[in-house]
Amino acid sequence: MPRRVVRSERTADGGSQPDDLDLHQIAVIVEEGDAHGNLIALLQRTQSELGYVPEPAVDEIARLTGVPASRIYGIITFYAQFSTVPSGRHKIFVCHGTACHVAGATRITEAFEQELDVPDGKSTPDMEFSLDSVACMGACSQAPVMRIDAETYGNLSADHTRKVIRELVKELGLEAQYPGVSGAGSPRGGGDA
Amino acid sequence: MPEPTGAPSAGVKVAVSAARDGKRRVSVCAGTACVFAGSMKVRDAFIAEVEAVGLRDEVEVVIIGCHGLCSQGPLAVVSDGDTYYPRLKVKDVKRIVEEHLAGGAVVEKLLYVDPASGARVACAHDIPFYSQQTRIALRDVGVIDPEHIDEYLERGGYEAARKALTTMQPDEIVEEVLASGLRGRGGAGFPTGTKWKFARSSPGDVKYIICNGDEGDPGAFMDASIMDGDPHAVIEGMVIASYAIGAHEGFIYVRAEYPLAVRRLRLAIAAALEHGFLGVDVFGSGWDFTLKIKEGAGAFVCGEETALIASIMGQRGMPRKRPPFPAVSGLWGKPTNINNVETFASVPWIIAHGAAAYAAIGSDTCKGTKAFSLAGKVVNGGLAEVPMGSTLRYVIFDVGGGVKDGREFKAVQLGGPSGGCVPASLLDTPVDYESLAATGAIMGSGGMVVADDTTCMVDLARYFLQFTQNESCGKCVPCRLGTKRMLEILERITKGQGREGDIATLELLASTIKKTSLCGLGQTAPNPVLTTIRYFRDEYEAHITEHRCPAASCDALIAYTIDAEACTGCTLCAKKCPVDAVRGDKKQPHAIDQELCIRCDSCRAACKFNAVNVVSGPDDIAAAVAAQRTA
Repeated sequence: MPRRVVRSERTADGGSQPDDLDLHQIAVIVEEGDAHGNLIALLQRTQSELGYVPEPAVDEIARLTGVPASRIYGIITFYAQFSTVPSGRHKIFVCHGTACHVAGATRITEAFEQELDVPDGKSTPDMEFSLDSVACMGACSQAPVMRIDAETYGNLSADHTRKVIRELVKELGLEAQYPGVSGAGSPRGGGDA
Repeated sequence: MPEPTGAPSAGVKVAVSAARDGKRRVSVCAGTACVFAGSMKVRDAFIAEVEAVGLRDEVEVVIIGCHGLCSQGPLAVVSDGDTYYPRLKVKDVKRIVEEHLAGGAVVEKLLYVDPASGARVACAHDIPFYSQQTRIALRDVGVIDPEHIDEYLERGGYEAARKALTTMQPDEIVEEVLASGLRGRGGAGFPTGTKWKFARSSPGDVKYIICNGDEGDPGAFMDASIMDGDPHAVIEGMVIASYAIGAHEGFIYVRAEYPLAVRRLRLAIAAALEHGFLGVDVFGSGWDFTLKIKEGAGAFVCGEETALIASIMGQRGMPRKRPPFPAVSGLWGKPTNINNVETFASVPWIIAHGAAAYAAIGSDTCKGTKAFSLAGKVVNGGLAEVPMGSTLRYVIFDVGGGVKDGREFKAVQLGGPSGGCVPASLLDTPVDYESLAATGAIMGSGGMVVADDTTCMVDLARYFLQFTQNESCGKCVPCRLGTKRMLEILERITKGQGREGDIATLELLASTIKKTSLCGLGQTAPNPVLTTIRYFRDEYEAHITEHRCPAASCDALIAYTIDAEACTGCTLCAKKCPVDAVRGDKKQPHAIDQELCIRCDSCRAACKFNAVNVVSGPDDIAAAVAAQRTA
């Protein structure tokens, strides 16, 4: 039977797991899926519904499918797509493909690390932003590129990135939490279009 | 400009835009790079402006897959004369709609400017980047609207599959593919026909075919462009293969990072099912074939066929020892044939035009064409397909337009993390599996990243090792630990902490890892290091013995300084500096505080007077810093 698990645990990132995780969702996902050869698809759906794959969800999938939790955990940690901790409300992905690397992607990541005080691969303590590097987004001719939520940016420089951060922080009304990034912004997003 | 070499001998030229139902058409590129540059806003603007001038019934605005010249995005092609409008901004759209679509006059000012001649070019076909290509795998990419099967059908789509399934015997198809000389476009170059023959002759009632769409090389986007720009070409190739091999079930394994390809393939599969090109009794031939999509979950090693098979079965994507080869025992222990996206996309053309037509293109050992994604410091970044045997020079200079910003060509990186860097002295190497392997690089899947004199080759090698080290699945020791040790040495070198003997240690580790790793990932991981040592040993030595980065790129070995002679004291760099490291009064030469500088490049990028210098090497740095102070 689906259970509701109440949890309030601080994660390593300082963010919290949802207090109230509805495991009924997991039961629906497992029922609709086919566990045979489809464990990855089940986990992908879980991740897309919950934003990450929390430990209780792993236990629940194990219980419903009969696949040992250790095996499920093995898959989660093998593939880069899965995460066992929640990510920030705003997800920043900086491309580090070859073309972006030679065009200075490191400086783009550094700009975020400095301005938002968040290490690559982690979230800010208030869970507003998470910063991740990705291998290649396939937009090599616009390198270096990044994505913040659904918005894409190309032909970046460190300076342009800082402007984007300032504008974003302002737009979200987070100037008080991020005093280091105050300043006037410039237009966001989509090149100049 | 060098003389064009290895020019297209035959095959199809780039086709641009198809007008339908007598309607005029605006095709807006929705390839990944154009989307990043804002093409969806341009598309929306076209729809709104066309509506505003009352042309909705006459002009249709469609999206197309990657048009090819990504560095000119966002771009659109108007069907009247295939007029090409590059680098569009939303504000340009109103003008094109009013002056061109409504007024009938091409908007000269917005046309493409040929960097070589400086002339404006109206028609897409006349742009050298396109006219120098020979497109087979990419024949419909950037031409058709990938979300509508009718457009594929109008260009002869599924005729090859119909011909194969209704008029040919499976053995005939295998022979045809063998005769075409087609070799695996995933990089290894194994003859496709031979692979099919193995799978066909493997005993067993249940067989599978898999399309490997796990294009993981950073800097490569050909397969993505085919999957999201012409998904039916892949499906049609798979239908033909399924019948030739005797597999009733197929899978397309798509990389997790390609959501657009997944969406377009899903739409395409549904449409093909509806038309009876997939499913039960395909083309009324009695042949059944079902096709499913499997989404990867982000693991580079899954491009290796045994790892990919494990991943489809829902397991950790770890490679296993071969034999048995997948053709004998693959997915769920059944005979399985795996080909790459570009390979499958080439098959319908071969069946439609005949093996001889395909074999007429290319070199002695490598037939047909190869698609490349051109990126890095190249003028025309984008998607290019050329005959096998064309030289690297032809691809990079004739098609690619040479090096950006007039800088000097240093190397081209081929084949991503498994490949290598080929220097300027080898630019006349023909593009074929054997010739490229002889340079120490590989053909690979088709990523070509151009490096100029500001790219540090040691850092590039470090970058790839970091990638492979991170992606090593950990199953075998040489790959798991060997790449880690190599990475540590490379990190030290780029930080100026290299030691005598480091190069020899790298070479020793590399040769051990190559010889003893289980799968292709480990066996090829040292290639970027070995080729850079082979062709750019002096750069390694400069880092190790002189603590100098010749490309002035490695952060730990460089300094930003301001040339007092050139500085006008405009204060722009000081305003841009995020850490207030630039000091100086208005209209007085400025100086950069070396303690505070974080080497973010913002000052250099902002300076209009070329007054910010990047220097490397202790002596040069000391001199440049001292010169700053005395100013």
